[in-house]
Formats: sequence, C-alpha cells, structure tokens
Amino acid sequence: MSILNSFIRELSAGKIRVVDLTQTLSPEFPQISLPPEMGQAWPFRIEEVSRYDERGPAWYWNNFSCGEHTGTHFDAPIHWVSGKDLPNNATDSIPPERFIGPACVIDCSKQAADDADFLLTKKHLLNWERRYGRIPPRAWVLMRTDWSKRSSDPVDYQNYDETGQHTPGPDTDAVRFLVGERDLLGFGSESIGTDAGQAYHLRPPYPCHYYMHGAGRYGLQCLTNLDQLPPTGAVVVAAPLKIRNGSGSPLRALALMESK
Amino acid sequence: MLEKPKRKNPVLRTRLPTLPPAARSRVALGLTAAAALGRFELQQCRDCGTVQYPPREACQQCLSVHLLWKSQSGAGELLSDTVLHHSNDLFFRERLPWRLGLVHLDCGPTVVAHLHGGVPPAPARVRVAARLDRAGQAALVALPEKETSDMANDRQLREFTCDPKFRKVLVTDGKTAAGQAMVKALATAGAELIWVGHAEPWKKISGFDELEKVSQVTLLPLDVTDSKSVREVAAEIGGKVDILVNNAEHHRAFGIGNRAGVETARAEMDVNYFGLLRLAQEFGPAMRARGADGLASAVAWVNVLSIYALTNFPPHGTFSASKAAAHSLAQCLRAEMRPAGVRVVNVFPGPIDDEWNQLLPPPKVAAAGLAQAIVGALRDGVEDVYPGDVAQEWLARWRDNPKALERELSP
Amino acid sequence: MTRKGYEGVAVAVPVTVPYVRYSIRAAHWWLARSLAELLKSSGLKKSDVDGLSVSSFTLAPDTAIGLTQHLGLSPRWLDYVPLGGASGVVALRRAARAVQAGDADIVACIAGDTNHVDSFRLTLANFSQFARDAIYPYGAGGPNASFAFLTAYYMRSYGATREDFGKLCVAQRANALKYSHALFKKPLTLEEYLSARAIAEPLHLFDCVMPCAGAEGFLVLSEERAKALGIPFAALMGTIERHNAFAADPVQMRAGWALDREDLYAQAGAGPGDMDFVQTYDDYPVISLLQLEDLGFCAKGEAPAFVRKHSFTHDGSFPLNTSGGQLSVGQAGAAGGFLGMVEALRQLTGQAQARQVKDAKLGLVSGFGMINFDRGLGSGAAILGC
Repeated sequence: MSILNSFIRELSAGKIRVVDLTQTLSPEFPQISLPPEMGQAWPFRIEEVSRYDERGPAWYWNNFSCGEHTGTHFDAPIHWVSGKDLPNNATDSIPPERFIGPACVIDCSKQAADDADFLLTKKHLLNWERRYGRIPPRAWVLMRTDWSKRSSDPVDYQNYDETGQHTPGPDTDAVRFLVGERDLLGFGSESIGTDAGQAYHLRPPYPCHYYMHGAGRYGLQCLTNLDQLPPTGAVVVAAPLKIRNGSGSPLRALALMESK
Repeated sequence: MLEKPKRKNPVLRTRLPTLPPAARSRVALGLTAAAALGRFELQQCRDCGTVQYPPREACQQCLSVHLLWKSQSGAGELLSDTVLHHSNDLFFRERLPWRLGLVHLDCGPTVVAHLHGGVPPAPARVRVAARLDRAGQAALVALPEKETSDMANDRQLREFTCDPKFRKVLVTDGKTAAGQAMVKALATAGAELIWVGHAEPWKKISGFDELEKVSQVTLLPLDVTDSKSVREVAAEIGGKVDILVNNAEHHRAFGIGNRAGVETARAEMDVNYFGLLRLAQEFGPAMRARGADGLASAVAWVNVLSIYALTNFPPHGTFSASKAAAHSLAQCLRAEMRPAGVRVVNVFPGPIDDEWNQLLPPPKVAAAGLAQAIVGALRDGVEDVYPGDVAQEWLARWRDNPKALERELSP
Repeated sequence: MTRKGYEGVAVAVPVTVPYVRYSIRAAHWWLARSLAELLKSSGLKKSDVDGLSVSSFTLAPDTAIGLTQHLGLSPRWLDYVPLGGASGVVALRRAARAVQAGDADIVACIAGDTNHVDSFRLTLANFSQFARDAIYPYGAGGPNASFAFLTAYYMRSYGATREDFGKLCVAQRANALKYSHALFKKPLTLEEYLSARAIAEPLHLFDCVMPCAGAEGFLVLSEERAKALGIPFAALMGTIERHNAFAADPVQMRAGWALDREDLYAQAGAGPGDMDFVQTYDDYPVISLLQLEDLGFCAKGEAPAFVRKHSFTHDGSFPLNTSGGQLSVGQAGAAGGFLGMVEALRQLTGQAQARQVKDAKLGLVSGFGMINFDRGLGSGAAILGC
C-alpha cells in the first residue's frame, strides 16, 4: 500500500486527527494596529453581494476585504526589510513543500498567564529539548501561550495599555538559536505578531520578524487550538494564498496528529 | 408645559408620518434658504427699500425686479389670533388644535404665522422667526417677544425643532474629544438616553471612561466601516433612535502628492462616506417609520461634515474629497428622510482643535464649541450650520465667489 | 370722461342647477346643465348664444375656450372670469358692455363647479401662489383661518358679538327654508348657532359655508331682444368693481366698495335707503357686515348695531340674502359668486315664490372674492332694477 493510501485509510478510520489551528475570520477579530499616522492593514470586512434576493435570486455570496496580515495568517520573508532581497521570499514563490512540517509545541501557557510580557528564552527551548528531544530541521516551532482563548474579547486579546500592547513572544537569543542552530521552518504564535507586544524595545526591535524573515523563515500568527497538539508528533500544513509577491496571507492552518 | 412622554405602549400602532403642505414657488424658497441657517429674511426692494411678503417676483411698490433677501428683525404686532379646530390637511388634522396669528411686522408686511402658546391673545407684541417645518420648508412662527426658559417646550414649536429634550440619541463615535463633548452637551440638553458608539475597543482613548459616568449613556461597540456591526446595532436600537449624530470621522492631513497610494484616502472614504451610507441604510428605515411617534419622535440626523466639503483644502485634500462625497450623500439622505419629517442637519465646522489639525493656525473649533453648535442647531431646527470663525469666513468667501476661494486655497 | 351708463341692457333668465354636496361629475357637466337651462327657460337655440362668460374653479385644465368645443358653441365673444365671489358682478359688467357695443347679442353668463370628496382641499392647496406659499402651509385651514382673523379683529375693534353674526345666519336660514334649492332644510336657532363646534376660533360651524357642487346662470342681452323673446328682465342701473383696494391696511376691515360706492349710487340715481333688498357675498357673516358698512347702509363699525336693529328676512325690515345666501344654500365654488345675482333677478322678475320681497323694484348685489393671501382681493357691486 502506498504511503498516501495508508494515510487516507488512517484518516478515514479516525486514526489521524485534524486539528484546526485557525481563528474564524470576522469583522470583530482584532487586527494589528499601528500608530495612526502610518499606513494601516485593513481589518476583515465582508459585504453581501446577494442572498437569494433581487441582487441574485438563487444564490448567496459575499465580497470580503482584508489585509494580507489578517486573522490567522502567514508571514513571508519579504514582509520584513531584512528578508526583502532573499530568493523565493514571497507567497507565490515559496516552494510549496515548505508549507508542511513537523510541529514542536513549546508550552508557555503558565508563564503567559502570569506575565503577559513573557519572553521565551533559549533556556526554555533547551529545557524543552531535554524533555522532548532536539527540534528537528524544518520544523514549525509553535509557542503555546493559550492567548487564543482571549480572542472572544478583543480588548483582552489585544491587551493594550498606555505603553502599548502586552503579549508574549520570543526574545532575541531564542530567535537566533532557532534560526542559527535548529534550522526551523518558521515560528508560530497565538497572539497578533510572532514578536512580543513590547518587542519594539528589544534589540533589534521585533527580533522574530528581523531574524526569522532575514533568514528566509516564516511566521504563523493568531493560531489557536495549540493546546490540543502534543509537544511533538503533529504535522502542520500552513499554505498561504498564492498572492503575487505577497508578504503574507490569511491561512487555514491545519495540524494532523495520530489519535491515541 | 411639556411633560416627559410616558413609555410607549408597545401594542399600539405607531402613527405614520405626515408632512405639512410642502409645495412652494421657487421664489419662496428664499425664505427656506435663510431658515435653513436659522435666519429670518424677507425680500427687500433694492430700489425703494419696501419689504415684501409673501415672496414675489417684483416690488409691489415700484415694480423693480431687484428684490434682495435681507435679514429682518421679525418684531411686530399680533393683530388677530385663531385656534384651528379643523384642517383640510392630514398633518395639521392630527395636531389640532393649532394656533395661528396675523402679525403686522414693524418692517411693513402683514404675515400669517404659527403662533407660540406663550403669546397672549391679540393685541400683543411678538417676534416672528422663520423656521423649517417638518416638510423642510420655511414657515413663519410668531414667538413671545421676550425669550423664556421653557419656550422650547411649546407643543407647536416642537414640531419645528429637533430639541434633544426627552429624546434618545446615538452618537456614533465617543472616542474623540468632540464626540465626548457632544455626549455631554446632549445630556445637559435633556436627552433621555444617549448611546455612544466606539470602534476598536482595545484602543484606549483619554476621556472615554468618563462617559460611563454620565447617567444617560450606554456604550455600544459600533464600527461604521463594518456593515455587520452597523446592521447589528441598528437591529438592536434602530427602532428607538430619535436623533442620530454621525460624528465618526477619519482624518489624515494629506493631499495627492505627499502620500503614495490610495490606502489613506480609502480609509477616509470608508469612514466618512461609506460609513454614512451604511448608517443611512440600516438606521434610515426605522427612523423614517417613527417620524410622527409622539412628542419624542424620530426627528433628526446630524452629519458632522467639514467646511472643506464646500471646496477642497489641498493640504487635507483627500479628507476634503471624502467630506464632499459625504455632503453629496447627505443631500440624498435629506431627500429620502424628508417624507418622514426627519431633518438632516449638516454641520460644516472649520478646523477642529484636534491632533489632525495640529499644524493649522488658530482659530480652531473647540470640541465643546462644536457640541454646542450641534445642540443649538437641533434646538433651533436649522438644517445647515457652520461652526467656527474659519467656517464662517470660508462660507462668506465661497458664497461671494467660489472660484476666488479655490484660488485662495491653492497658493 | 364721463362714464357711459348701462342703458338698454337687460339681465334675465336666472337659472340654478340644483346643488349637491358631492358630485362625481366634472365642472363641464355642471356648466353644460346651466347653459341648457338658460336655453330651455329662454326658448333660445344654442346657436343664438354668441357670447359666453364662464366662471369656475374646477374646470382645469380647461378654461372658457375649451368649453366652447366641449359644448359645441361658436361664440364671437368669450370671457373667462375666474374671480370667485366677485365673478357674478364682474361677468355681468363685461357682458353688459359687450351687448351695448354690439360685440355680442346674447351673452350666457354661467358659473359652476363640481365638488369631489377631495376637490375643496386641492382647490385650497393650489388656490394662488401667495396662498400656496404663505397660507396653505399654515394649518391648511383655508378661508376659515383667514376669516377667523378678520372676525376676531372685527369683534375686538367694533364690539360685534357672536350673537350678531348668529342673527344673520339664523335669518338667512329662515329665508332658505323658502328656497327649494337650498341644501340646508332645517331651521336654525340662535342656540344651535352658539353651541356649534368651533372650527377656527371665533368661527364655529354655522359661520362657515359648506362647499358643494352646483351651477348658476343668467343671460345678458338688449332690452329689445328680451322684449322680443318675451322674457322678464331686470335693468342694470350701475356697477362697480375694484381689486386689491386699501393694500396698505394691515388687516382687511374694508374693501373696494368703500372706495367706489358714491360712483355706484350716482350711476343708479339712488341711495342705500332706496334698496328693496340686498344680496351680500356671505361666505362668512363678518364679510356681510363689512359690506353693509362699505356700501353705506351704516357707518364703519356700526354694523353690529345695524344688525341688532333689523330682521333680514325676505319679509322683514332689511331683506338680506333672500334665498338663504351661501351660508344656507351651500357654496358651489364660483357659482357662489352668482348666487346673489340670480336671486336678485328672481326677486326683480317676480320669480322668488314664497320668499318674494314685496314690491321689489331695486336691489343691490355685492360680490367679494379671491382670498389670495390674507384678504379678499376682488370686490364689486351692481344695482339692478325693474
């Protein structure tokens, strides 16, 4: 039996479970906010074209609009200035096999619950490796914070105060370690941004964007259901829309895992 | 004189709106044009000075056709008064008894006017003003000679005004200083309920939390760029809103050349133009249905536009264009709301003293001043209001010579 | 230049098309019946009528000329007199001159209006530019409101009471009970008058005319022709007409009669005291009082005392509106401006039946019309004799 045939058989038999890592696209879902004088990404907006009515008697459909970085989404290397000149750095030119990889889920949910500004360090990663084994090459490293559970309340999810946003993310050393020593595919987070909310104050600012995209790696943001994944053993499929020279795209991110 | 209306009995039918007779000759629309701004103007002969009424094409004294609309004091003598107990028109029939007066104006003509309840029986001194009626046409109203504190409560006068007292108001954006000032001014003016919309709830804006301390206020997530949000809010409260103040605004200080791309301009259009369109489509029908819903009927729709809507201010060029588009749409809305007697009030402020006008020199319109102008417009029942010295000056220049103003703004 | 008299002019054949409150017919129908009655009563053929004068509010979009084709007439003289309550006097004056000048031999003066359920409102709404701009939007009370102002002002200025107005209304109703075409058939008491519901204070129900459909008509021709036809006629002793008189008065307490009455009586060679009856234009009683003053029956402001002194029935001390006037017959639009004229002709030609004024030789008919804005613009009067 071929590999794919057995894959399908196991899938049909319920031995392979599919976990949806995607937040629902809706106008209420919070989008990234920049200082108001800067250019802004569009939030998700949807307008009815017709609904079995005089605008289209037998059919229902909508037009929607949004930025490339809306909802659960993919960041391509070209998104950041550090990755602007790399080959195959945009959503249309990334080789498709690079959208699929094993998932390493780093559980930071306790730390994030205690400290919204929690920064994932290299030490945390090494501790994780001691427990679950070395992060393999071309893996999606997913930082589980359970931040996605806040998404029903946009205020809580964005978590702004007068000093800006407070959401967890990796520190500079952790990013350099993952890129330089573990050859990851990309980094995923549950909040808006692979970087921490206060990452502007790190060196360099927004290190996850800077180093990850500077090295041709990807970002996955606003993921959900990471708490349903095992630390290792799941496979994540995260294929963006094939937008010409796109810097990113909304995603339907899926994880496949073997049922116990 | 005016009791707080009782809660509406929900099993009773809501009366459909009717309008007072709206037909006017074109020349009579001069009275309407002045009344829309809160002024009382009559034609005065350029050649012999005779004041004319009713409006006409030629001077009754010297036959000159040069009749100019000039401000008049309105002071006069009530010669005779009557109370109608019968009318051939549905609007008045539903509002009987109705008081009318025959007034000899000090400036010359005798006029028939709606008569305020506070005016004693004839003979009496009165002050005649031109007010827009529910059909949006000017009508003369004879008021007591001296202003009294409860004058606005007159049952008949309230048919001409959009007084916020006892009414339920939606302010679409409470996240600006101007919006917050409007909420407070409306509360002070006696609004019964004020819903305050706020988009992007995660963005903290100073002063916003203060609003919750105003007893009439209910905060409500509302994003005018999101059709679903507008639809849901309209479904929730649309059948109760008596006055809608659309102050949601996106303002960036760019022209064409100093901002690449269209994203900023599109955002301005999305809030300033499409926001109004979304609100109008979702709130318009319910408000139209309640144009005659008793003493606290649906009565007004306020658009905060900009004096830049009249002519483009190139340093804020795309913003100006979006406000011009909104102005045009507001005229459409005005036509569509008129059959229900719901007045569309367009506010054309000069530069507001906010962060987006930081680099403009004073004078600028203070938030509280803008709010007072809006409450004043509602109380006086005017249709167009131009708050601030800059707006007044631009308006005068624009009226005098629009081409000259265009040149003056593009040095 | 001395004014030419009206010698040789005969006014004859008073006809009435019986009034109804509402009609589904057009004005043309009413005017056609009026003309047919004129022909029937005079024995003339349609082709004998070479002059036509038409008064109507509801003929639109037609005017008099359209009516010629509608009715198959070919007049050589045509007049359209859309002057409402002044139309009877004005139509007569003009027709008389046409006959004297030989421009027409036989002028049929007809006035009529239909009254659909909604036509009165539409007539008010589109009555005039000034009315549309400056009256109708003010409560749409129509002439009720305008006459309420006049009545209130008159009462305040001259001490008239509701009882004074009531006395006229009650007397006219008594006259109307002897006129078969009157729409009001029941006697009216002063108590009923006083306790009627308010319409536009101080006006109450019986102060206001009731709009209805109907038509009136009469012929103007030369005395010789009238005699040849063997029809009874009245002579036109004098007439006046005036529009927009006393424009500077802030409120209308007098009209054109006050300006021209000397001329009127001089033409007739008679004075107010010589009149055997008077037909005033009476859409509201106050205007009858103004006419009594302005036409010299009493001084300005003394009409209330005059009213208290007389009885106004056809057989009383000052026969007034002997068919009941519009207040008791109904106001059939422009035909209301003909009502007094037709009644005067009946009185002077002995056709007034039970309400005949004894030995009526000289009568005065007054017209008043067109509340264009705050007052009636047109006024006129004619003295007829036999």
